[in-house]
Amino acid sequence: MRDLISEMAGHIVVNGVKIARNGAALLDVPHLALNGPGPTLILGPNGAGKSLLLRCLHGLIVPDKGFVKQDGVPLNTDQTARQAMVFQQPVLLRRSVSANLDFVLKRRGLHRSARKVRIAELLAEGGLEGKARQSARSLSGGEAQRLAILRALALDPDTLFLDEPTSALDPSATQMIEGMVLRASGRGVRIVMVTHDIGQARRLAADIVMMHGGHVVEHGDARQVLDAPKSEASRRYLAGGLVT
Amino acid sequence: MQGFASEFNTAIGLILNGDAELWAIVLLSLKVSVFAVLISALIGMPVGAALAVARFPGRRVLIILMNALMGFPPVVVGLLVYLMLSRSGPLGVLELLYTPTAMIIAQVVLVTPIVAALTRQVVEILAEEYSEQLRSLGVSRLASVPVLLWDARLALVTALLAGFGRAIAEVGAVIIVGGNINHVTRVMTTTIALETSKGNLALALALGAILIGIAIAVNAMVSALTLQAEREGLRHA
Amino acid sequence: MIRNVFRAVVLSLGLIAGPTTAEEPFIVVQSTTSTQNSGLLDNILPWFEAETGIDVRVVAVGTGQAIRNAINGDGDVLLVHSRADEEQFVADGWGVERFDVMYNDFVLVGPKSDPAGVEGGSDIVAALTAVSQAKAPFASRGDDSGTHKAELRHWEAAGVDPADASGTWYRETGSGMGATLNVASGMDAYALTDRATWESFGNRGNLEVLVEGDPRLFNQYGVILVNPDKHPRVRASAGQRFVDWLIGPDGQAAIEAFKPNGQQLFFPNAK
Repeated sequence: MRDLISEMAGHIVVNGVKIARNGAALLDVPHLALNGPGPTLILGPNGAGKSLLLRCLHGLIVPDKGFVKQDGVPLNTDQTARQAMVFQQPVLLRRSVSANLDFVLKRRGLHRSARKVRIAELLAEGGLEGKARQSARSLSGGEAQRLAILRALALDPDTLFLDEPTSALDPSATQMIEGMVLRASGRGVRIVMVTHDIGQARRLAADIVMMHGGHVVEHGDARQVLDAPKSEASRRYLAGGLVT
Repeated sequence: MQGFASEFNTAIGLILNGDAELWAIVLLSLKVSVFAVLISALIGMPVGAALAVARFPGRRVLIILMNALMGFPPVVVGLLVYLMLSRSGPLGVLELLYTPTAMIIAQVVLVTPIVAALTRQVVEILAEEYSEQLRSLGVSRLASVPVLLWDARLALVTALLAGFGRAIAEVGAVIIVGGNINHVTRVMTTTIALETSKGNLALALALGAILIGIAIAVNAMVSALTLQAEREGLRHA
Repeated sequence: MIRNVFRAVVLSLGLIAGPTTAEEPFIVVQSTTSTQNSGLLDNILPWFEAETGIDVRVVAVGTGQAIRNAINGDGDVLLVHSRADEEQFVADGWGVERFDVMYNDFVLVGPKSDPAGVEGGSDIVAALTAVSQAKAPFASRGDDSGTHKAELRHWEAAGVDPADASGTWYRETGSGMGATLNVASGMDAYALTDRATWESFGNRGNLEVLVEGDPRLFNQYGVILVNPDKHPRVRASAGQRFVDWLIGPDGQAAIEAFKPNGQQLFFPNAK
């Protein structure tokens, strides 16, 4: 997997990243390169450091030590501007559905007519056509998360980070989200998504980063990691996970 | 107090019959306080929001100071504004003493800390919720201020109402800087003070009733707005 | 919906905002509550305003505060009732010249039950002595006003220092005449008041006039133009017109004609 050099922009390299709080190491990743076409799924139990790693990749948290580079450049606001992120709990603005999208498009400097067209496209992509004028805060959980993804896509990012976007959703809502993620991936958006759902990893992942106790215990082709895990931690997680 | 009932009836009659003089006083009260609240909003909201999102040394002290100013005695504010606007004061050249503008200034001094302090509370809670998401969208701290203010708009309306309540019910400051001049700076509260000092308790009470009526009307309006907003799902999580 | 409400609010604001006051000539008169509460000024000022087109804005406070405000330059004309202070004001250069305008008198009011037994007397000093001996409640202005200063002179003549009794039978309200009468009415206390305020006071309760007619209860009002040499922004010419009018035949006639309920409250006596 690591040998594949993709045409996509947004190669991300983690080097010597450490985060500790009160003397306890929360994240310790000597090296990680995300340069495949993805989707990349970060898998592991609660407390493994998945969300923390994702926030480091997106520049929301600056590690105590080490650095994250994108296309050879240390993360800065220009770099993170090419990324977007969807959080576990969608944080929607207290405005209408379309205003949530318009907010992003306006910041990108699109003209009114262009924004209108783009909003219609996005709403169609997320199946929210009939809800444009509705308050975003009145959406169901699944609709809200779809809007959060659409708003992230409105940034036209090279890379889209998703932090357990379906953890609170039912299977049909999860299916719609996964569909959106796969379509985005198909359009060339690099997907990096955190999950603890092994089934989801199997459905979506091209490569899998397996985490445990703040460490990356394994990174490789999805099939290989899931079917023939090399590390003991992966084997135990997958075994436990398969039981549930 | 023998004629209390009849005097009260007279007062109610004045209100119901739309006595021009009385309504001019009510209108001036509204005008002064609405203006004061609007100006306080223009100053207090950005200041409160800035204090909510910015991090700088002395911020805690400023917040404590602002909260303390919320309870500043109106008479003291009146006195300070009088000393500024008096012909012997530094701003005497403006000739603003004993004008509605002077009353607006005094009320702005009274109301701005309320608006700023409540704005800071509301925005700080919202900023906490929005922080990562806004940073992810590339919104800087400074640029997040208008976003937070707009999204906190319902709570901010309540803050403005609290300010309006303090402004329109206040007498100590406006009577000093306004002078309670008939047809110029006489508002509801100073009229109530005047009629009380004339021993016309019923008329004073009737004016008080109007004041309460305005308070109820304003709060009902806001309650309706909030209800509507809740229906639209805009209520804060 | 919210945006529409906002729009409506802004729109209606614009409507009521308008220009605050049309720019017409006006003067500010620092005066006492008695001239305002009795309705005198509301009654006579329209005559002057109609004749001259000058709007008279009255700030009614106690004489002491009125004088201090005038010293600060926050008034063009001073109309008060404490002769010694007025003469001092002119002597110190704050005022141009003092003129007598009108007079009335002070009266001692008290409860019908009259615990000090002063009813019907015409000796204010004897009456106050009796009040102090009976330790009957007495409500004082306590606000450095003209009436307060007159009251203190009478206590001094009676050889009583009411400050010793402050908080016991002697209650200093620190407020205007009307507010003090409200207190007196509420606690059945004696009080010294100018007759004009008393006559127009609407909350007498058990109070009635008990002592009157002592020449020492004479209450003279004076008018002074604030000195433009001290405060260049004093509206001297308009202020002078008002002073001239008040002590001239038209103003004096207007004061004479002010008789609410048929009773004359102020007697013009300009020379």
